[in-house]
Amino acid sequence: MSPRDAILERLRTNRPAGDFPLPEVPTFAPLVGDDLVAEFAERLGKMGGRVERAGPASDPFATVRSRFDGARVIASAVPEFVGNRDLGAVRKPGDLADVDVAVVRARFGVAETGSVLFTESDLIVNSVAYLAQHLIVLLDPGDIVVNIQAAYKRPDFAQAAYAVLHTGPSATADIEGVLIHGAQGVRSLTVLLLQRKKQAA
Amino acid sequence: MSSDDLTPRQTEDVLHREVRAPSDESERGPGGDRLQHAEAASKPIRADAPREPQPRGAKIRGNRPIDQAEAAERFLAAPLHQKAHDERLWDVRRKRDVAAHGIPEWEELRELASQIKTHTLTHLDRYLEQFEAAAKANGVHVHWAEDGAAHNRIVLDILRKHGAKSLVKSKSMLTEECGFRHFMAAHDIDVIETDLGERIQQLDEEEPSHVVMPAVHKTRLDVADVFARTLGTDPDNDDAHYLAESQRETTRPLILKADAGLTGCNFAIAETGTVVTCTNEGNADLSGNVPPLQIHSIGIEKLIPRVEHLGVFIRLLSRSALGSPITQYTSHFRAPRPGTEMHMVLVDNGRSERLAMEEFWTSLKCIRCGACMNTCPVYRRSGGLSYGATYSGPIGLIIDPTFNKRKYSTLPFSSTMNGSCTNVCPVKINIHEQIFAWRKVLAEEHQIPLLKQGMMKAAGAVLSRPAAYRAAIQTADSALRVLPRFAVYNPANTWGKKREMPHAPRQSFHAWYRQNRMKKGGDA
Ligand code: SF4
Repeated sequence: MSPRDAILERLRTNRPAGDFPLPEVPTFAPLVGDDLVAEFAERLGKMGGRVERAGPASDPFATVRSRFDGARVIASAVPEFVGNRDLGAVRKPGDLADVDVAVVRARFGVAETGSVLFTESDLIVNSVAYLAQHLIVLLDPGDIVVNIQAAYKRPDFAQAAYAVLHTGPSATADIEGVLIHGAQGVRSLTVLLLQRKKQAA
Repeated sequence: MSSDDLTPRQTEDVLHREVRAPSDESERGPGGDRLQHAEAASKPIRADAPREPQPRGAKIRGNRPIDQAEAAERFLAAPLHQKAHDERLWDVRRKRDVAAHGIPEWEELRELASQIKTHTLTHLDRYLEQFEAAAKANGVHVHWAEDGAAHNRIVLDILRKHGAKSLVKSKSMLTEECGFRHFMAAHDIDVIETDLGERIQQLDEEEPSHVVMPAVHKTRLDVADVFARTLGTDPDNDDAHYLAESQRETTRPLILKADAGLTGCNFAIAETGTVVTCTNEGNADLSGNVPPLQIHSIGIEKLIPRVEHLGVFIRLLSRSALGSPITQYTSHFRAPRPGTEMHMVLVDNGRSERLAMEEFWTSLKCIRCGACMNTCPVYRRSGGLSYGATYSGPIGLIIDPTFNKRKYSTLPFSSTMNGSCTNVCPVKINIHEQIFAWRKVLAEEHQIPLLKQGMMKAAGAVLSRPAAYRAAIQTADSALRVLPRFAVYNPANTWGKKREMPHAPRQSFHAWYRQNRMKKGGDA
């Protein structure tokens, strides 16, 4: 018998007696107020992230300009910002190790936790969201869902090869509980509230 | 950073004043407020100089029963370590309470999580088949391993086929169970742990002591020692930021040139064939997204039916583990990146057998949050390594004997039966009742020679100090917080009755033991 069949066989033989139905999961009332943007910002702040409103139409990135100070390599996965590293031309994921700042757009945000979701198509190269030193995340204020339960009703999880919720930057407190940002991944995560451009096509 | 910031907390819930740090190095938010997410302590805790050698774990002597009490004695004999450990875990436990109380439907979520897990475990054959079919349709290579050795061989095979010599991995208790690192070392594969705590433990050639915080038993001075020895850092610099940064700088090149990456799995979704990992460092994402070959090791009990069920488990996991609403990264790996291979290894290693154990099968519901460890007075005061097993603390007491009844025969006695573990468990495992049930099983099978020796002596010590004993158990909270040593090693535990919410064992162990011993003619 193959290991597969042996395992499945044992699971059938050893199944505990009794009826164990799958419960219906009710829809829970959101624990956040109506101002989803404010709730999102407050919670992301507690998780070590920052939120900035977009600057004027002429320069929407004005409010996060300081985040680019001293950055030499900027990789942008969004049409709103032009970087100097072409993500479309990356040969292997590790080539992004020298990126100082990456600019990406979140598919949606979650007010309950301050999380943002990316899939492989948002990141173009997945590793950029971890190898970059700092992450700037564009989020349309209209793309914030109330809670984690609502997030998991979105179709993205079943469709994407890779989907990830980021809630603040990479963090560790493995040494005496001292909180440190930038354990392995990005040292900071800043969300810029910027509406999606309506797709022309 | 002025110590003034700490004033409001100064008197609040401090177990050990000696380990209160005078200053605070934790990250601050934009408004200067102190951040407490991830596994951060809510207040600075610091085991200061003088340098105290780190107490090591239980002595492993082949198949001989682990002497947890002996290792615990050594941990207790290192007061700085012991107090910092106790303080830190109690702090995490309190953060957990705050997080749980913030959600009105908390109890309902626990019940749902329990039922979803129970349902899945009793239909696991079906869900595994569904998972396999979905994963294959996603272009994933699916493997099945009956035990840890098979898991290791399968992974080695995959690596050899790709000519891979180095592998970066994120934290995975399953691979600890399989002795993965040791096996790979023997086959010339370079395995690099990427979680900071796990990396500290790897460099120190020590097992992880906690499922969520692998190096929580170490002080910064210990870490400075380990890094000075292995990474060449300045031995006199014990700044946590310096140490963490040194690890980042030395690990990153290894991640970049690794031939393969491996992650564990927190949840596996049957409907979509997805592996979900929850980390704070993003190291599972580096392991999964940087190397050209990607492997995920999955314990078969990790299955849940549908994506929507994550809406229950993700809300419970990090809140229970660390008191944080979610981990920094919740990652869903479903299909390979273009041009690369993705492998998933489904591992049994005793789980299908455990399903047949009437009193113990529900331990398979465990989502490895560590809450039962953080709340356990024995664990907090003896350290995870004193258990001499992959799993420590209350969950370890009920899982370890399923791997080796003789070797772990004494572990179910390392409990005060206060039931707090059961109360905090997000999937409602009746942990303390299972601990009690194991005592019976092990006594019946004559697996506990120590009963006749040290443990009964300890019981004698308890009985000779009735006033102190009563004082210690007046309230559950005080018993949990300031448990006297004699109560820790008291096998009688008649005081576990109805002090916290869950029901106490029907019969006290002491009464049962006397009765049982009579029956067996004093042979036990
Ligand atoms: S037994 Fe429960 S509390 Fe303990 S680690 Fe498992 S899920 Fe968490």
